[in-house]
Amino acid sequence: MTATTTTGPLSSPTHAAHVAHLEPVLTARHVSIEYEVDPPVRAVDDVSLTLHRGEILGLAGESGCGKTTLAYGLNRLLKPPAILRSGEVTFHDANGPDIDVVSLTGDALRAFRWDKVSMVFQGAMNSLNPVISVRKQLGDVLTTHRPQMGRKERDARSAELLELVGVDPGRLDSFAHELSGGMRQRVMIAMAMALNPQVMIMDEPTTALDVVVQRGILREIMRLRERFNFAVVFITHDLPLLLEISDRIAVMRAGRIVELDTSESVYARAQHPYTRQLLNSFPSLTGDRGSFVRTGVSQDAPEQEAS
Amino acid sequence: MSSLEVRHLVKEFTVRNGVRRGTLRAVNDVSFTLEPGKTIALVGESGSGKSTVARMISQLETPTSGEILLDDQPVGRRGRALAGYRHQVQMVFQDPFASLNPYHTVAHHLERPLQLHGVASGDGLERAVHDLLERVNLTPPELYAVKRPHEMSGGQRQRVAIARALAPGARYLVADEPVSMLDVSIRLGVLNLLARLQREENLGVLYITHDLATARHFSDEILVMYRGDIVERGPSDDVILNPQHEYTRTLLAAAPEPSRHGRLREEVRAELAAS
Amino acid sequence: MTDTDTTTPTTPVTRSGVRQMMPSMSGKLLAGLILIGAIVLFAIVGPWVTQDPRSSDNDALLPPQPGHWLGTTSLGYDVLAQLAEGARGSLIVGVSAGVVAILLALLFGVVAGYLRGWTDEFLSLVTGIMLVIPGLPLMIVVASYLQVRSLWVVALILGVTAFAGPAVVLRSQARSLRVRDYVSAARVAGEKTPRIIGVEVLPNLLPLLASQFLFAIVLAILGEAGLSYLGLGPNGSITWGTMLNEAQGGGALTRGAWWWFVPPGLMIALFGTGLSLVNFAIDEIVNPKLRLAPAAAKSVREARKAGKDKLGRRATPTATADPSAPAGRPESDGAAPDQKERVDV
Repeated sequence: MTATTTTGPLSSPTHAAHVAHLEPVLTARHVSIEYEVDPPVRAVDDVSLTLHRGEILGLAGESGCGKTTLAYGLNRLLKPPAILRSGEVTFHDANGPDIDVVSLTGDALRAFRWDKVSMVFQGAMNSLNPVISVRKQLGDVLTTHRPQMGRKERDARSAELLELVGVDPGRLDSFAHELSGGMRQRVMIAMAMALNPQVMIMDEPTTALDVVVQRGILREIMRLRERFNFAVVFITHDLPLLLEISDRIAVMRAGRIVELDTSESVYARAQHPYTRQLLNSFPSLTGDRGSFVRTGVSQDAPEQEAS
Repeated sequence: MSSLEVRHLVKEFTVRNGVRRGTLRAVNDVSFTLEPGKTIALVGESGSGKSTVARMISQLETPTSGEILLDDQPVGRRGRALAGYRHQVQMVFQDPFASLNPYHTVAHHLERPLQLHGVASGDGLERAVHDLLERVNLTPPELYAVKRPHEMSGGQRQRVAIARALAPGARYLVADEPVSMLDVSIRLGVLNLLARLQREENLGVLYITHDLATARHFSDEILVMYRGDIVERGPSDDVILNPQHEYTRTLLAAAPEPSRHGRLREEVRAELAAS
Repeated sequence: MTDTDTTTPTTPVTRSGVRQMMPSMSGKLLAGLILIGAIVLFAIVGPWVTQDPRSSDNDALLPPQPGHWLGTTSLGYDVLAQLAEGARGSLIVGVSAGVVAILLALLFGVVAGYLRGWTDEFLSLVTGIMLVIPGLPLMIVVASYLQVRSLWVVALILGVTAFAGPAVVLRSQARSLRVRDYVSAARVAGEKTPRIIGVEVLPNLLPLLASQFLFAIVLAILGEAGLSYLGLGPNGSITWGTMLNEAQGGGALTRGAWWWFVPPGLMIALFGTGLSLVNFAIDEIVNPKLRLAPAAAKSVREARKAGKDKLGRRATPTATADPSAPAGRPESDGAAPDQKERVDV
């Protein structure tokens, strides 16, 4: 299979065998998202993806590849000038019939969002409202989606959520600037978990954090996943991280998924040249010391203006 | 024997907490020596003080105490002496967009250091600018010289920043996280460029980063900083493969390692099963 | 713009730094420029083609008619001629005062903000005092102290009493720009401070400076009108303010001579409007989102009408209007690279 195939992402028989006995929870088919600017930009190009119950799907790619746009599209969070050109997104509810996400409106959309699928945004550390307390923000989520909950119940649930993500419930009355980066991230995860969603989409949740704090957050996410069995779409450019923690990896480039396989396969037998290029960009920490990096021989290609 | 040495550097900041003032000791007794042709990596997380060390060496901050010696002489801090220091010691900044003035062209950014340090002037200026661009692989140079920062990608901007740092003919380069804000697939390209330039010019490079993997592959010696102190130092392979200090071990354990696939999940499962 | 190394090749476009900062033409900008242009043209050409504004040979209080298109005043001066001469006077005062205010604001704002330390403390003290002292009473005191007040003296007074506001704004911007990496890089490269302020920092303040300058002009013209109304304006010159003063003294309102006071008042209002419209256009340079967001919403609406948006076929409100999404508002993808936010000590 050549790299320029348009018949879909490169995959392997291992992958097919792996997904054969898994139950899908979110299916996207032929999704295309465009930015209505002049000239129009196709950010997501005919992407089909299936997320299975309880799995961690890593979505790898560099900036501009469309991974964040795809995440927003799955979630119905597209902002002008982005439009969904074509495609279907189906959510396979564990407690009910399948939901056609694209055609949801009004109350149904509200009921779907955050309840079935929630999201932790990129730059989440700056996504907390700086002028209201954590208690109020968690409370807002509950008020909107569970209006029948009383105040005491909400507070109890908020405290429970903070404990779940490893933050001292005493910090409920803190404001965003009083929390460290790692804690803010945990609060964002708590907010995303508030309604026990079946799918959580995380867009670069640990990118701006120190590696030690990052490891703590990842551990927390794993723990929560073991307990509540939600599926995770983990979007990041840090391929070694995905190789370590995810079940399957989708590599995105210029709006298309170029490779979709199990983590082991991607690590051991990456097929697409771009995947290999990405893998080669991360020198191994404890393996052989790659002398090619120091002497600058093989990868020092001239920066040409030619296409 | 030429060298750039820092001895017992200390930097304290005063922090105001309402009415009260306190001091924050960002850098606490740091010493090391940069030699031509060698790379030292300064590794640490945010808050470790590594960027403050970089700023002190580039004389953007004055140390609270301690000294910086260039070729065994205390460095000049003003006037001629400072200009002479700047001729020898230059810096590449972390953010490729913020380190270039959005108002000016690439040519302006490169011309100024060339003129200030008497490397080129008048008619020879344009030629010198093109030479620099070619050395950092931005060809054809005529095309890049007239561009403005927002017309270039991150990798290209960082190459311009490297060219600017080389313009005065420096012998020592402080690279403050030069690739952490670049796309993954072009990071190695830029690091390779730095490595090549180091070989060609016999530069002494201080490579500041939080990424242990590139620190190991790119440098001869690693210094690990934690909250202002150097907690471990040694040849790169030694520090990475045989860490002594607990913090270094924690850092190494926390870094993503693809060969440990699935281990985190098993640990978590075991934890939950045990509780 | 993608942040990879494979940017599409384009032919090099050499544009000077100032041109790249110019606002793009829009309805607002065009309207503003037309208003300003027309009034400036009137001020330049008007006095040559109208009668002598100081000749009282005409009948008094004539309503608008051929020969006196805006009528005459109670002393027989032709209003149109006075309006043209007044335009010149007001604009000279306004622009000069604006220039004085901006030059002072540059010193007390940009220099103070960049240098910090004791220079900043001292300059900010002066700015603070000027900020706190009420402008109009100060102007009145200074103006009444001087018996002979030319246009330039009035402009100077207005400028000096008006610099504090822009100075504060420019100072905070200069302080913020000072810690930008490109300023640090210039210092490391060996640039001297005056050059850094002039060549690196100032060009990036141009939109802000321009907007403050236009504001200062508006305030100066209004201030001059106020001073003249109180009889403390320029002696011997005609400005829109002096016209209003004389109109009030000559009982124009009670006599129903609307053609005397409406034109100067209208001119002040129109000129101020024109300047403000241009200011809005400048705002859009400083904050591009102001321009882009409405355009983005419009292009999506058009796409929906053309049937291109699958979501739009249901005729539903867009996702962004939905209040149930919590505090984290998504930034649209494809915006400027915003990767890491590491804060290093």
